[in-house]
Amino acid sequence: MCARWWFKVADPRVLAPYRALLASRLQSQLAYRRSFALDVFGAVGIGLLEFAEVYVIFANISILGGLDFAGVALLFALANIAFSLADMTVGHLDALPTYIRTGLLDAFLLRPLSVLGQLVTSDVQLRRLGRTAVAVVILAVALPASDIDWRAETVYLLILTPIAGAAIFAALFVLAAAAQFWLVDGAELTSAFTYGGSYAASYPTSIFTMPVRVLFTFVIPAAFTAYLPTLLILGIPGPPDTPVWLGWLTPVAAAVAWVVALLAWRLGLRHYTGTGS
Amino acid sequence: MHPLRTFAVFTALGFRRFSAYRLATAAGAFTNTVFGLIKASITVGVIGAAGGELAGYDALTGATYAWLTQAIIAPVQIFAWDELAQRIRTGDIAVDLARPVDLQMTYLAGDLGRAAFQVLPRGLPPLVAGALVTGLALPHTALPYLLGALALLLGVVVSFLCRWLVNIAAFWLVELRGLMTLYVVSVGAFSGVLIPVHWFPSWLASVAAASPFPSMVQTPVDLLMGRVEGAPALRLLAVQVLWVLMIGVAGRVALRRGVRTVVVQGG
Repeated sequence: MCARWWFKVADPRVLAPYRALLASRLQSQLAYRRSFALDVFGAVGIGLLEFAEVYVIFANISILGGLDFAGVALLFALANIAFSLADMTVGHLDALPTYIRTGLLDAFLLRPLSVLGQLVTSDVQLRRLGRTAVAVVILAVALPASDIDWRAETVYLLILTPIAGAAIFAALFVLAAAAQFWLVDGAELTSAFTYGGSYAASYPTSIFTMPVRVLFTFVIPAAFTAYLPTLLILGIPGPPDTPVWLGWLTPVAAAVAWVVALLAWRLGLRHYTGTGS
Repeated sequence: MHPLRTFAVFTALGFRRFSAYRLATAAGAFTNTVFGLIKASITVGVIGAAGGELAGYDALTGATYAWLTQAIIAPVQIFAWDELAQRIRTGDIAVDLARPVDLQMTYLAGDLGRAAFQVLPRGLPPLVAGALVTGLALPHTALPYLLGALALLLGVVVSFLCRWLVNIAAFWLVELRGLMTLYVVSVGAFSGVLIPVHWFPSWLASVAAASPFPSMVQTPVDLLMGRVEGAPALRLLAVQVLWVLMIGVAGRVALRRGVRTVVVQGG
């Protein structure tokens, strides 16, 4: 079974249509250079705005939730790299109600390709890399400013956390899209978990009260995308009731999130009956 | 028809239009509430770290600020709005211009109707959640609510007029997304929607003070909470009125210029 799956995926003919779709989308975004540059500029602006909030907070205080400015900047950068990468690849999934209304989803259903695969490749937004760039710069400044005991595990965490974190946010977007099949008009509801998750992830989870902390750790695994690994990277203990080893489990959280998201997506797609003509 | 009556009719239409989307309203209120919870936690955390008091906010008033902000951002409409720009791009604006009514006033009326509908269903859920989770520090006399309501009304008008000006740019620009993002970012940075303007370091505070953005969120919240009273409150209201006049006139001039660029084809 596993081998068969691998042969299927490794077969270039399987992925070729998605590559063609993706290439056409990227080409179209780069066609209008000035417009694209303005869009990237806008994304950089959003990244800077989010960090401005942290900057203003630390203009007033020096420690928040057990972390200093450099620590929160590190945490913020990890969360934002992860979120912006997910937002770039699957952020447009929250336009699913529009796809349903305009009948585009029905067109996708007719093609002999995965619907989710087509949706993802239909509108990858390169401009969102502007926000990733801001976060990478913040990370580059925050790392030397923090007191870090550099070991192999530190490097491993710094590389793996943004990737696994992006996978977590991407799973949240897919889950949110799956919910749209039922919500339709109430699409904004899911923003509470996708964008809200990202917002909560950019701050030390330790500032929340216990129920909110549980919500953003185990229900919406936002704390796994940045806060918990940051504790390990900085070598500091979190709040007394938070085991430090949880920070190693970001990939596990990502895997669980994807299983739930894909199951929900399947259910949602089965539930979908089309809008008629 | 008397212009005031026309205005009232368009306001009622705006109200009815938005009242049709019940589920969307509930979903929006839920999201506002969850963000309120995160924002109140951050605000209270920061105030705690500052030793229990920061720029006149203690934990309770800080949390109240966070919840109240979340309660008014839907009526004030701090996000992107491109309905008018779309009509300009598609040419539907020609139909609007052919009507024997003032374009800016009818759009303003419609937007006030929208805001009037959203005040309660989008505002109450975050406030109820706030009362249950952190408690709210609200004034016990009527005057702050009266001044606050007036400031909220003016805040909606300032927000509308700014969005109008951004949309009118569609007469000259093909792609508005960059400008729209810049606008939303500026509102986010300077209106007091993310963190109180009172926490800004002085250089940033002076940038904010020179912009119309605090008039949208910070001023209504300050007046509703009774943080600003008496003569300073009237001064803040006067600042709002000044912005309404300035951006309103700029919007009318821009429309008149923009209309000259329109060529209506066909017959």
